Amino acid sequence: MTRSNMWIFILKRLVQGIFTVWFIATATFFAMHNVPGDPLLNDRATTEAIRANLQAKYGLDKPVTTQYVIYLGNLVRGDLGISFTQENREVNDIIRDHFPVSAILGILAVIFAAAGGVLWGALTAIYRNRWPDYVIMFLVILGISVPSFVVAAISQLLLVNVNDLFGTTVLPVAGWGTVLHMLVPAMVLGLGTMAYLTRLMRSSMLEIVSSDFVRTAKAKGVPPARIFAKHQLRNAILPVITVLGPSIAAITTGGFVVELVFAIPGLGRYFVQAVQQLDYTVIMGTTVFYGAFLVFMVIVVDVLYGFIDPRVRME
Amino acid sequence: MTDLSLADFQPLEPGQEIHGISRPSQSYWQDAWARLKVNKRALVSLYLVIGLLLFTIAGPWVWTVDPAQQDLDQVSRPPGADRNALIVADYAPWQTEGLSFGEGLKVVGDPTTQAVKLKWDAIPGANGHRIYRNIFPIGPERSYGIPRAEFFDNRVVTFEDRLDLKALTYYYVLVPLGPRGELLDNYEVIEVDVHRVTTIVEAVDRGLIEESANLQIGDEINLDWHPFGTDYLGRDLLARLMAGARVSLFIGIGAPFLFVLFGVFYGSIAGFVGGRVDQVMMRFADFVVALPFLLFMILFKISFGIGPGESGVFPMLVALVVLMWPATSRLVRGQILQIREQGYIHASQLLGAPTRYLILRHMIPNTLGVVLVTITFAIPSAIFTEAFLSFIGMGVAPPTPSWGSMSNEGIKTMLTTPHELIFPALFISITVLAFNLLGDGLRDALDARMRNQE
Repeated sequence: MTRSNMWIFILKRLVQGIFTVWFIATATFFAMHNVPGDPLLNDRATTEAIRANLQAKYGLDKPVTTQYVIYLGNLVRGDLGISFTQENREVNDIIRDHFPVSAILGILAVIFAAAGGVLWGALTAIYRNRWPDYVIMFLVILGISVPSFVVAAISQLLLVNVNDLFGTTVLPVAGWGTVLHMLVPAMVLGLGTMAYLTRLMRSSMLEIVSSDFVRTAKAKGVPPARIFAKHQLRNAILPVITVLGPSIAAITTGGFVVELVFAIPGLGRYFVQAVQQLDYTVIMGTTVFYGAFLVFMVIVVDVLYGFIDPRVRME
Repeated sequence: MTDLSLADFQPLEPGQEIHGISRPSQSYWQDAWARLKVNKRALVSLYLVIGLLLFTIAGPWVWTVDPAQQDLDQVSRPPGADRNALIVADYAPWQTEGLSFGEGLKVVGDPTTQAVKLKWDAIPGANGHRIYRNIFPIGPERSYGIPRAEFFDNRVVTFEDRLDLKALTYYYVLVPLGPRGELLDNYEVIEVDVHRVTTIVEAVDRGLIEESANLQIGDEINLDWHPFGTDYLGRDLLARLMAGARVSLFIGIGAPFLFVLFGVFYGSIAGFVGGRVDQVMMRFADFVVALPFLLFMILFKISFGIGPGESGVFPMLVALVVLMWPATSRLVRGQILQIREQGYIHASQLLGAPTRYLILRHMIPNTLGVVLVTITFAIPSAIFTEAFLSFIGMGVAPPTPSWGSMSNEGIKTMLTTPHELIFPALFISITVLAFNLLGDGLRDALDARMRNQE
């Protein structure tokens, strides 16, 4: 693929992405518009002046279409509004403060899942129908069928016991701040995806192991380690990269159970809190932001895939 | 290879049948069933699924305990715990005269769920005592437990505890108080095994015995039996698991059926019509895929206006259908596009088959295998979604039980009564596992092209 083709492809995907984000914003707007009740008539006493100001800002006394246009206009300008329940806090501030936490946790989890999945999957394929295969596949089945909140709770319990055993805090049980805080939550978060990637890697690796070019390499006398690294791993890894985009999506939005259990101040926890308090602007802003982030990540993975595998034909 | 002999090469008589099918012909589904039967894992999973369905549908007829019924005498009972109660006389105030002292902190009489009576020796110079109760030993960090009583009078040397006693081992701690009411260091602790007792009036009241039953003080009666134990409100866990299975499996199986149905409909139209319509329809499906799934599940829930105390089963079903159909539609569209180009479709067309016949007779039956596999794999993810949302309190709301909300309740008492978490979590895991393995088996059996290399 030539360089200009690549740029056209990236541009095309970006335009598609913008339309997708618009769709997400629209769906969010109408879903929230359907929520019964008046957002300005909650338990907190709002003065007439505040109500009038908010009504003017969001056009709440005007028809839905006008409100929608105002909403889109604000969105384009990057104005996600002010929180309804936290005084003097813009949604942008909330995202800026708490998204990095979720992102770091998510990135660690994705790295953990991808590295683990590739490694374990390759191992099971090489040791097919021998004990490492059985042991790993048993763990994979556990990882797929045990819900993440149970894994989170059990790992927290284990941490408590380990800390008790050594008499000091080996790894913190909850909270956020240092690298040590991140390790266990990231592992728990990435576990399900790792199990899934392991299965994928195993079947893709099994296909490669019995392919012609591997047999040729063996016949030529290429050392096994080199066959493994150069021929098998590189080819088998491709399907894993394709599902990495959706996996990132699953991990970042799936983060809020782990954030709740481990008391991590991430955006997911804020979203759940905002839903409980019916904080309209925070709910809408967070959803659109997450959606845009996921769309962007999928585009990045697609482009990466184009670089790695020149065979991929792009529309 | 069969052995050939000269007898196999005889010239034919005229009119004799030359070709013949020597084995009975097998339909697609018979063939698939035969292949599924030899797959042990898939077969075991199939039995598990059938067992789960029986548990859900027929269970409540066999085990007729009301899942909302509270048994406050047996709160958070682990399964298999002993459930006898001794009949005792009605409660009478404790007469403390004539007690002998000089042995430190001691239990007077038999400690029962009716009352635990304690006596101790006053420490000279102390300003009184405070009494704590704990269900754990004190340990080095000196967690005394909940304070039960405080006496700013050193002459009070007896205490009767009657607050919410269970048949457990309690640790009572007696801490002397200093002149300003501060806790002194020289505490005393005593371990008390409390026995469960009940009075005749109480037992009749709760329907444990008939009024006419001839029981005396000192007899033993049986309390209600809870094979899986009870939860934190004393509700029977087995009955709740069955009721929860109805909710979890209703969402877990209902939603996949509905969205697969819609996906087949949508995808086959897109695939069959093709062209512009196909492009627009598939672009819309791409949009829906891009919606952040769990966030929108929650968004739909509040969009429906589910207030506190409402179960929210139906909105969850709708939200799952709305968000999960695109994958199926894409799959079915691909299948239809493939089948449309096959030789037998052209042949059928040439023989004059109408479009309706083509779709109903050839296209849909040929996608059915793939669709069945999709449903089987969609069920675990729907069950997970329900459990996940209920766990964070955004799904099925109490008092409606579901496996997810039961796990949510159980996780709070994970340390003391782990069975309340273990059972619902186990049911989720087994169900998800069974459907996953069954899906693997079905995929291998139904579709040779999709067969993985196991």
